[in-house]
Amino acid sequence: MGHDGIISMVDLTKKYGDITAVDQLNLTVNSGEIFGFLGPNGAGKTTTILMLMGLTEPTSGSLQVGGFDPMRDALDVKRIVGYMPDNIGFYDDMTGRENLRYTARLNHIAGQEAEVKIQNLLEKVGLAEAADRRVKEYSRGMRQRLGIADVLLKDPKIIILDEPTLGLDPEGAEELLDIIRDLGQKEGKTILISSHLLYQIQSICDRVGIFVKGKLIAEGKIKDLAAQLSDGGQVIEIRAEPVEQLADAVMSVAGVNFAERHGDTVIVKGDGENLAPRIVTELTARHMAVYHLNVRGYNLDDIYRQYFQGEEVK
Amino acid sequence: MTVTTSTTSIEGEDIEKKVKRKSSGNLETIFRKELADQLSSSRFFILFFLIMVTGAVSFYAAMQSLPADEMGDSGFTLVRLFTTSANSLPPFTWFLSLLGPLVGLAMGFDAINGEQNRGTMSRLLSQPVYRDDVINGKFLARLVVLAIMTAALGGFVGGMGILMTGVAPSGEEILRLLLYLALSVVYMAFWLALSMLFSLLFRQAATSALGGIALWLFFSIFVPLLAGMVADAVFPANDSSQTASEFYNVVLRQNISRLSPSTLYSEASLTLLSPEVRTLGPVLVEQAYGAISGFLPLGQSLLLVWPHLTGLVAATLIIFAAAYTLFLRQEIRA
Ligand SMILES: Nc1ncnc2c1ncn2[C@@H]1O[C@H](COP(=O)(O)OP(=O)(O)OP(=O)(O)O)[C@@H](O)[C@H]1O
Ligand SMILES: [Mg+2]
Repeated sequence: MGHDGIISMVDLTKKYGDITAVDQLNLTVNSGEIFGFLGPNGAGKTTTILMLMGLTEPTSGSLQVGGFDPMRDALDVKRIVGYMPDNIGFYDDMTGRENLRYTARLNHIAGQEAEVKIQNLLEKVGLAEAADRRVKEYSRGMRQRLGIADVLLKDPKIIILDEPTLGLDPEGAEELLDIIRDLGQKEGKTILISSHLLYQIQSICDRVGIFVKGKLIAEGKIKDLAAQLSDGGQVIEIRAEPVEQLADAVMSVAGVNFAERHGDTVIVKGDGENLAPRIVTELTARHMAVYHLNVRGYNLDDIYRQYFQGEEVK
Repeated sequence: MTVTTSTTSIEGEDIEKKVKRKSSGNLETIFRKELADQLSSSRFFILFFLIMVTGAVSFYAAMQSLPADEMGDSGFTLVRLFTTSANSLPPFTWFLSLLGPLVGLAMGFDAINGEQNRGTMSRLLSQPVYRDDVINGKFLARLVVLAIMTAALGGFVGGMGILMTGVAPSGEEILRLLLYLALSVVYMAFWLALSMLFSLLFRQAATSALGGIALWLFFSIFVPLLAGMVADAVFPANDSSQTASEFYNVVLRQNISRLSPSTLYSEASLTLLSPEVRTLGPVLVEQAYGAISGFLPLGQSLLLVWPHLTGLVAATLIIFAAAYTLFLRQEIRA
C-alpha cells in the first residue's frame, strides 16, 4: 500500500449518509505535472479536494499530500499547498492588497518581503491598478485573479484549483489558463485543476482523470485516451445546402458509417483515407454548396461524453 | 504479535504528535484581525451608542430622583445610583441586563457562518492555521471588545456620577463597581459563546440570530414564569395560614429560576451593588426580626455571589467547549 507521487490516494472513500460522494479512489499525481480533475456536477471533485486539504475527513482509505497526511499533519500540508476553492471569497471591506497582507501574515511572511511579494503577484495577475480598491467593487474575473495571487503568496509546491474558470467569460478564462500554464511549465509547480469545462482545460493538462458519480472511470494523457477511443475513426462536421439531402449524399460515400443532422449541420463518422476530400467531391458532383467542413479529432469532450455515456448505459 | 506492536506504535506516535504540536503563531494574527473588524463595524457602534445613551439617561434620572439630603451621609451613593430607579425609568442595571445579552448575541451570531457564507472560511483554513486558532481568536477578540465597551460604559457613567453628586466614592465602592462590571462582561460572554455556537449550528446568519433571541426570551421571561407556575403547582401558596408551603414555594421558585443565567446575573449584580442585601433567599419574619440592619462587607457579598459567578463562568465554558469541538470536526465546504 505504498504512496508514490507527490499526491496519492489509496481506496479513498467519502460517504455522506447513504450518498457515496467519492468511491474507492486510487490516484497518483506526479511532481511537476498539471493534472485535470474532470467530471460533471456532483461527480465528487470538490469532495476529493476537500479531503486533500484536510477540510473534511475521509470515511475510509488513505491519502498523502507532499509526504504528509492531511488529517494528521494538517499544518504541514497547508504550508506547501495553495488551494483556491470554488466560489472563492474575500473580505469585502478590505482592499485586494489588504486581503493578501492578511494571508501573508498567516504564512509568516514579514513586512517588507511581503509588500514586495504582494506587489509582484498583483502585477503578475494584472491587478496592480485595482489593488487598493475594496474587493466588493471587484468583478468576478478580478476576484478569481486575486485568488490566484492569494494562492501563490505562500510560494506553494502544489497548487489545487477548484473550478478556477467558473463564471469567467472565454477571454478571462483564457487569460487565467495562461497564468496557470506558466506556473506549471515555467515554474514547475504541481497543479491539480478541477473543472467540468473540458474544452477549456484540455490544452493545459498533462494528464486528466475523469470522474463520474464518485468513481474515477478513466485516467491518463488526453492523447492516449483519444487513441483508445477513436480506433482510427474520424468525426467530420459539414454544413452545406440543401441541407435536406446532405445526410443521404454523405452516406453514399464509401467509408462513412454514420451521418446525422443536427440543425443545419451534419455530423459524420467514418474511416478510410482522404475521407473529407472524397465527401467534398461527392457533394460538388451533386451540385451542393459546401459552406463549412471541420474534421474533428477526438477531443476531450468526446472522450468524456463517451465515458460518461458508457457509464450511464451500465 | 506484530499487530499489537504496530497499533501501539501508531498510538504512541499520535500522543507524541499532540505533545510536540507547536503553536502555529497565528492566534495573534487572527485575534488582531478580528479585533480590528469588530472595532470598525457599524454594528458595534450602534450597540455601543445605544448602551451608552440608555445607561447615561437612566443613571442621570436616578441621580435626579435621589433626595439631596440623602447624598453622602448614608454611604455607597455611587453604587446605589446604579440600582436606583427613577419614577418612570428602570435603573441602570436593568438596562444593562437587557442590552448586555443583545450585544453578546450581535457580536457572535455570524462569527462562523458569516465567513462560510462569504467563502472566506475555506481560504482561511487552507492557510497554515489550526482551527483552534480561528475559533479562539474570534472569541477572545470579541471578549476584549466586550470588556473595553463595559469599561468605557462604567467609567463614563461612574465619572458622571462622581462629578454631578460631588461625592467621592470610597475604595470599596469602586471595587464593587469593578466587580459588577466584570460580572457583566462574564454575562455577555455567556451570550457571546452561545451565539457563536449557534453560528456553527445554523448555516444562515438570520436563523442563528433568531435562535439566540429566542433563547434570550426564554431565559429572561419564560424561565421565571415557568418557575412560578411549577412552584405554585407543587406548593400551593394561596392559603396564607400555611407558612411552610409559602416558604417552600418561594425557595422552589427561586431555585428553578436560577437555572436561567439572567437570574444569576440579576441576583449577583444586585448583591454587588446593594451592600444592604444580606441574603438572596427568602427571609422569615423571625429571622429578620432583630437582625441588625447594615451593610454587608464586600467579602461577604462576594461569598454570596460566588456560586452565581462560577455558575455563569462554567456555563460559558461548557458552551464554548461545545462550539469548539463542533468546529474542529466540521466540514468546511466554502
Ligand atoms: N454535506 C453533504 N451532505 C450530503 N451530500 C453531499 C454533501 N456535500 C456533497 N454531497 C454530495 O456529494 C456529491 C459530490 O459532490 P461534489 O461537490 O464533490 O461534486 P463536484 O464534482 O465538485 O461537483 P460540481 O461540479 O458541481 O462542483 C454530490 O452528489 C453531492 O450531492
Ligand atoms: Mg465542485
